[in-house]
Amino acid sequence: MVDHKHQDIDAATGTATTGHEWDGIKELNTPLPKWWLYVLYACMIWSVGYWILYPAIPLPGGETKGILGWSMRGAVTQDLADLQADRAPMVNELNKSTLQQIASDPKLAEFARAYGHSAFGVNCAPCHGANGQGSKGYPNLTADRWLWGGSLDQISATITHGARYGDPDGHQGDMPAWGAQGLSKQQIDDVANYVYSLSHKTTEDVSAGKKVFADNCTPCHGADAKGNPDMGAPNLTTRIWLYGGDKADLVQTITYGRGGHMPAWGAKLDPATIKSLTVYVHSLGGGQ
Amino acid sequence: MSLWNKHAIFEKNSIILSVGILIVVAIGGLVEIGPLFYLKNTIETVGGVRPYTPLELEGRDIYVREGCYLCHSQMIRALRDEVERYGHYSLAAESKYDHPFQWGSKRTGPDIARIGGKYSDDWHRAHLNNPRAVVPGSVMPRYGFLADSPLDYRHVREKMKVLRVEGVPYTDEDIAQADADIKAQSSPDDTAAVDALDKRYPKAVAHAALGGAATPTEQDAVVAYLQMLGTTVDFKLYDEKANWR
Repeated sequence: MVDHKHQDIDAATGTATTGHEWDGIKELNTPLPKWWLYVLYACMIWSVGYWILYPAIPLPGGETKGILGWSMRGAVTQDLADLQADRAPMVNELNKSTLQQIASDPKLAEFARAYGHSAFGVNCAPCHGANGQGSKGYPNLTADRWLWGGSLDQISATITHGARYGDPDGHQGDMPAWGAQGLSKQQIDDVANYVYSLSHKTTEDVSAGKKVFADNCTPCHGADAKGNPDMGAPNLTTRIWLYGGDKADLVQTITYGRGGHMPAWGAKLDPATIKSLTVYVHSLGGGQ
Repeated sequence: MSLWNKHAIFEKNSIILSVGILIVVAIGGLVEIGPLFYLKNTIETVGGVRPYTPLELEGRDIYVREGCYLCHSQMIRALRDEVERYGHYSLAAESKYDHPFQWGSKRTGPDIARIGGKYSDDWHRAHLNNPRAVVPGSVMPRYGFLADSPLDYRHVREKMKVLRVEGVPYTDEDIAQADADIKAQSSPDDTAAVDALDKRYPKAVAHAALGGAATPTEQDAVVAYLQMLGTTVDFKLYDEKANWR
């Protein structure tokens, strides 16, 4: 074992050895760097201060609280309160103003679009796409076509109450499944051909389909097939299709019906956020 | 330096060395194992948290089987940006019936601790079948095969019994009715059965099985599980300040 009273100094390096010797080879006992050692000691002292100031040691009756009274959950609550206070002037302004006032005031509109854009990313983008472009079954919000109307008030109503989502004020009504409602395969084929002809040049005779359409479809889609935003019935004379517009898609839609769901966001989001979303969606390019 | 030299006493005497090791290990054990006996006081008292329904339980097992936790966490941390994006931070009480919990530590995809009710069932089905259909930039693999696999729930009762041993309060009736509850939760039109389900598992939402089939698919179970995540606690009744930590 080492006899530290008689330290053996290695002549070549001037460093103490451990005193162990194997066949004339000795092991240097190089001390730890001073800076490293002092950092270690500083950390130890720091940890004692930390134990006293912050929650640290779990005990049977709950953890030690620390004299600062800091808690992570308290801190995030404070952060959120600060954030709200920070936004309060503009949010209050949004709460007070009507949608039309917000849209016509450049400063408010700019804030609402930014606020709405961020809320859109969190809540709406999964279905409607990051830029509102939509996808099959999920409406495109950038085009000048609206199932339920594209004015500020109509957009706001759709966001607040949703569609077919259990909210009594939400949009109701499905496209019926005509396959189960008495239309034969031939009739469905005919009416699909007719609907296809409304947006495409065709030389086929579609008079049979026209009659089926007149008998069954006009209450919602209208005699001119231009749709009705009060019933969510789409305009069938354009080439904008929610569920696809080739004949196979049309036959499927007519046979099995359609009826997408949109959540009623009024239950989840506060009024200022809904107003901002409305202004943002309205500004995507299709607002009426 | 003289104190540091005393280790020679330990090194030269095996009995003293053994006793010394024992003491050090005992201190380590006390510090690391001791707190585990007091885990209960880390779980908040909140209303609403209930055990998984049998269908949700099966969905959860598929979630684990497919390794969803490798990319999705179920833990909203108490940080401003997380609360802003995902909703209220997760409570310990919300995973008290998870064995094992699915907190995860990696977010290739988003956190899904509060995904329940955020999107429609149709969205979840479209997204599981092909994530790119609804989220163009997604890197999530397709799980379309779940829709083609009938749910095998032969062992759901045994699973519930095991969970009961681990502390999940399933009653004998819950276990006896497991098959009926699975059927009820996948056929929302059978109101009597759904009411019975709701009595056992408050706020359980019934989801129409894919294509109105009699036997639910694995996809139905996963959707039922996803749609209940984070929905059970009523935060209006939650005493937030009492649970600051």
